[in-house]
Amino acid sequence: MNGTAPNLQTQALGLGYALPALLAQAQHLAAALAFGAHGRRRAGAGDEFWQYRPAQAGDSANAVDWRRSARGDVPFVREREWQALNSIGIWADGAQSMHFASDNAMPQKSDRAAVLALALALMLLRGGERVGLIGGAPAKTGRAHLGPLAAEMMAQKNPSDYGQAEMAGGRAAHLLYFSDFLGPLPALQTAMMQAADRGARGALLHILDPIEESFPFTGRVIFQSVGGSLTHQTQSAADLRARYIERLAQRKDDLTQLSRSLGWDYHLHHTDAPAIGALIWAHGTISGAAR
Amino acid sequence: MSVLGWTFAAPALLWGLLALPILWLILRAIPPAPIRRRFPAVVLLLGLDDKTRTADRTPWWLLLLRALAIAAAIVGFAGPTRAPIGDAAQSDKPLLIIIDGGWAEAQDWPALRDIALEELASATRSARSVAFLRLTDLPQPPLWQSADALRATLAAAQPAPRAPAGFAGWAALLGDQQFDTLWISDGLNHAGRGDLLTALQEKGRIEVALPARAPLALAPATFEDGQIVLSALRQPSAVAQDITILAIGTAPDGSEAELARTPAAFAASTSRATARLSLPPELRNRITRFEIEGQRSAGAVSLTDDTLTRRKVAIISAAADTEGLQLLSPTHYLTQALAPSSDLLTGSIAQVVTQGPDTIILADVAKIGADEATAMTDWINAGGTLLRFAGPRLAGTEFEVGQDPLLPVRLRAGGRATGGAMTWGEDKTLAPFALNSPFAGLTIGPDVTVSAQVLAEPDPALMEATLAALADGTPLVTRKKQSAGQIVLFHVTANAEWSTLPLSGLFVQMLERLAVASRSDGATQAEVLGGGPWQPQRLTGAFADMGDGTALAGVDGDALWNAKQTAPNGAVPAGLYLGATRSVALNIIGKGDTLAAFDWPASVVLRGADQAPPAQGKGPLLAGALVLLALDIIAALALGGRLARGVAVIAIALLLAPAPSAQAQGSATDFAALRATRGVVLAHVITGDAQVDQIAQAGLRGLGEVLTYRTSIEPEPPVAVNIETDDLDFYPFLYWPISASQPLLSPAAVEKLNRFLRTGGMIMFDTRTGDLTSGPEQDMLQLLTTGLDIPPLEPLPQDHVLTRSFFLTSSFPGRYEGAPVWVEAAPQSTLDAPEGMPFRNLNDGVTPVIIGSNDWAGAWAVDENFMYLLPVGRGFAGEEQREYAYRFGVNVMMHVLTGNYKSDQVHVPALLDRLGQ
Repeated sequence: MNGTAPNLQTQALGLGYALPALLAQAQHLAAALAFGAHGRRRAGAGDEFWQYRPAQAGDSANAVDWRRSARGDVPFVREREWQALNSIGIWADGAQSMHFASDNAMPQKSDRAAVLALALALMLLRGGERVGLIGGAPAKTGRAHLGPLAAEMMAQKNPSDYGQAEMAGGRAAHLLYFSDFLGPLPALQTAMMQAADRGARGALLHILDPIEESFPFTGRVIFQSVGGSLTHQTQSAADLRARYIERLAQRKDDLTQLSRSLGWDYHLHHTDAPAIGALIWAHGTISGAAR
Repeated sequence: MSVLGWTFAAPALLWGLLALPILWLILRAIPPAPIRRRFPAVVLLLGLDDKTRTADRTPWWLLLLRALAIAAAIVGFAGPTRAPIGDAAQSDKPLLIIIDGGWAEAQDWPALRDIALEELASATRSARSVAFLRLTDLPQPPLWQSADALRATLAAAQPAPRAPAGFAGWAALLGDQQFDTLWISDGLNHAGRGDLLTALQEKGRIEVALPARAPLALAPATFEDGQIVLSALRQPSAVAQDITILAIGTAPDGSEAELARTPAAFAASTSRATARLSLPPELRNRITRFEIEGQRSAGAVSLTDDTLTRRKVAIISAAADTEGLQLLSPTHYLTQALAPSSDLLTGSIAQVVTQGPDTIILADVAKIGADEATAMTDWINAGGTLLRFAGPRLAGTEFEVGQDPLLPVRLRAGGRATGGAMTWGEDKTLAPFALNSPFAGLTIGPDVTVSAQVLAEPDPALMEATLAALADGTPLVTRKKQSAGQIVLFHVTANAEWSTLPLSGLFVQMLERLAVASRSDGATQAEVLGGGPWQPQRLTGAFADMGDGTALAGVDGDALWNAKQTAPNGAVPAGLYLGATRSVALNIIGKGDTLAAFDWPASVVLRGADQAPPAQGKGPLLAGALVLLALDIIAALALGGRLARGVAVIAIALLLAPAPSAQAQGSATDFAALRATRGVVLAHVITGDAQVDQIAQAGLRGLGEVLTYRTSIEPEPPVAVNIETDDLDFYPFLYWPISASQPLLSPAAVEKLNRFLRTGGMIMFDTRTGDLTSGPEQDMLQLLTTGLDIPPLEPLPQDHVLTRSFFLTSSFPGRYEGAPVWVEAAPQSTLDAPEGMPFRNLNDGVTPVIIGSNDWAGAWAVDENFMYLLPVGRGFAGEEQREYAYRFGVNVMMHVLTGNYKSDQVHVPALLDRLGQ
């Protein structure tokens, strides 16, 4: 399932159609400068009727709704509801550690991350959201944006062994991180804190290969990272299992704590499980159903 | 060098064992290499140290495994051999190896020779002197020499195609030395074997080796009641056994081929299996030998001479077949005498000459046309025997001054009568036969008298031409040799009118001597003695291979007769001998021979050919080393943590091995089925007549093309179907051209066709003659359809659905037009059709057969380029007829595939509209 951009896009389309069009959670974010096309329950720029109010000084004559005004003595102005677009930033980790599958029948972690990211992007775009890659081109709306998004995702190759989460470049209201989160935690923490400072909300999808959970190794083994930068030799891999699992659990715990402290969501996904499970979760976290 | 009874072929290699401790040290220092694994979460492992630091050493048990494997390999390559147990007990006396060397050992010859070679090798080791005798040779004293010197002789020894003989002679030549004996025997009870055994027992210890398989033999074939009787022989055994006897002869192209085969079965505890073979004379006359299938020995081959050959004899008489008394018929006695042993032909001279008879008998035929005479002369020159009988017509003929070329002597007109009421003379009797006459030795009964005969003109050559004479010296039988053939004249009639000769047994014997009739009892002594020299033609080899004997000198009659009475010997080998007039087969197994096992006394050590040779340690040791190394691989994999994948690889390798054969099965039938079910496939029946089949194929191709163009039926290329072997279930429609030369159906095929008809198939029979009332094709059609379940038929009515199932048509032409076409008769009433009418509702109203004679395929036939193959009619009318033939074909296919759809009344208005009514 490696792939070219069209290939990824096809898979993502298949996955994305499986869920109803997503209406992203419309939250009032005071600091957010970008306005989504969701009704903000206040008057502003938009298409939907909001209220009539008496014309005030400064309202142009064009703004007066003459039909309403004719029923009374006071000119009324027709106000529309303020609709704002949510901007959603996605980061699918493309580091070397993601390019791993323990079994040829299973997708690589990076493939799974990319498919999920694109499927989510598709649903969001269908819902009229603005979607962009963190660290990539500005978020855009419209289904035609899906192709460039996939191509951009494929182009984002990271030669280093472990990925580093980047801060959203601007005004993203919602951030989604797809990664195995094996890289240094402080960097991730920094990025998340910065995003939270700007008022963004977000979610972490932790993608792991099954053997990273089970650690089924025995005997003399030299473990090597996918990029080859790190090695670890052991005489008896079986002896390491308990301690490894403990460390992995610690890592998951840290991530959970971190996201909870910022009000973010955290979800663990294995590549041997169906991708739809993770997508439902992502759908939930963006639409607010997860709460 | 010997250790615990084991000797080594290369003991020096054993020094290699000293290197084992060094290997131990080296291997110990090299532990199994670790595996490299890619693992993204290695970052989580960093800093995790092993709790126990084991030494990087190979475990001791793995070391032991490897050391054992290498030790086994070293010892194995050193070639350990364990001598047979009996070997040690042997004496140092000289060793005499006797091989029977007869035909009965040929079957197991390699194994028996290996026994001798083993024994020779053992004698070499113990430096005994050895002598070697083969009992099929002429007796000779043993020649003692070193075992090595004998090896080549023994290795090259071959069995001879005869039985061992002269045992007493061998016993006399043994000398006075003491020795042990290994007697490699065929185990059969040959006369005199006991004498030699007694003599050998006086000399020392005897060991006897017998072949693993008891030999089978084939007795000469005989001819009884028109069948060839074959007897296979074996030693009496409690086990039943099935064999196959092959008849081998010359194929029409001159090569040797198997002409027939017949099974034969030995019942339990019998020693003879009999089979009967009935063959047409043409085939039987070509048989040169019989053999038991799978037996490579001269005894299992039985050559045939001319005893089996049935002669073709043509009997021609001038008298038309009147309704007279049968006993007065000129040919009655000839027919009676010849019918049991020969094949009789009748007809005119011109007719029978073309059939190539061995003998033509003319009973009182006086006038022979010029053309016939020429044909007959050519035939005689090519080896034919013309046998003529006199009679009133011959006697009444005025002969020219020149001799009639088809008579051996010149005849006087009128003949003479010697006995009877109107003459004074008495009936004449026969004079004894001269020695140079072919009838020499036949006894003349007192009842043979001659009352009338035709007379030969006196002639200097008359004496020479006379084969039999009356007591007064007048010739009774005269002969003239002409090129390869002969002309013989009996001066009396072939019936009892002129003499009592045809009534006597002598008549039959005389005919046999003239080789008119074949004999069922081989050549007589007189024939063999007098027929020489006998030239060997083909020789039987010991391994049942036939050799050419023409390079050998001829054998005189005495020797051949002796060999025939006893057995073939070195001077007169088994084979086929050709004499002046006939051939004689000399077989190893004579007519009355049986096979019996020799009863060896208890003092003789018996061993079979299957006795184990000395134990060789090399194979097991090397195999053990390989097993240990395989275990080492598994152990190393286990230590390195790679076992799971390794096991998977082994399992895959084991699973893959049988997979291809399973796939290969049934692909042929599957292919046919796939081809037949890819779409609608038109099929025609293979008649065996290549031209008819070709036209049928081409016709269906043409019809298929028309169907594709004009209708929604788009058939695949047509298929030829073999009724006997192919599966019919795939085809909706069979076109069956009738050929008069077609083989009849087997019951299984009839059953298959009936099932085909019942389940909705349609067969279109076509006699291709334009005439369904007579002719060979019509007879064949009747024969073929006898067993078929065909309903009552009627000529195709004008309102039948076939006239409107696609095209509206009222004629059904092929290359012929007008002959009626028969289909299933319409029921009296479809509503109350009686129960049990087989096709009425089963088949959706589709007629199961269409029977016609219009040669439809001929009209449809196109070649690969879709050009018409055969002309239809003349000019434009012909092309129109072809068009209607195609339309009828389309209608038939529509009817087959859509049933009675178009007979539905719903379509009547539209049909009426189109018909313009």
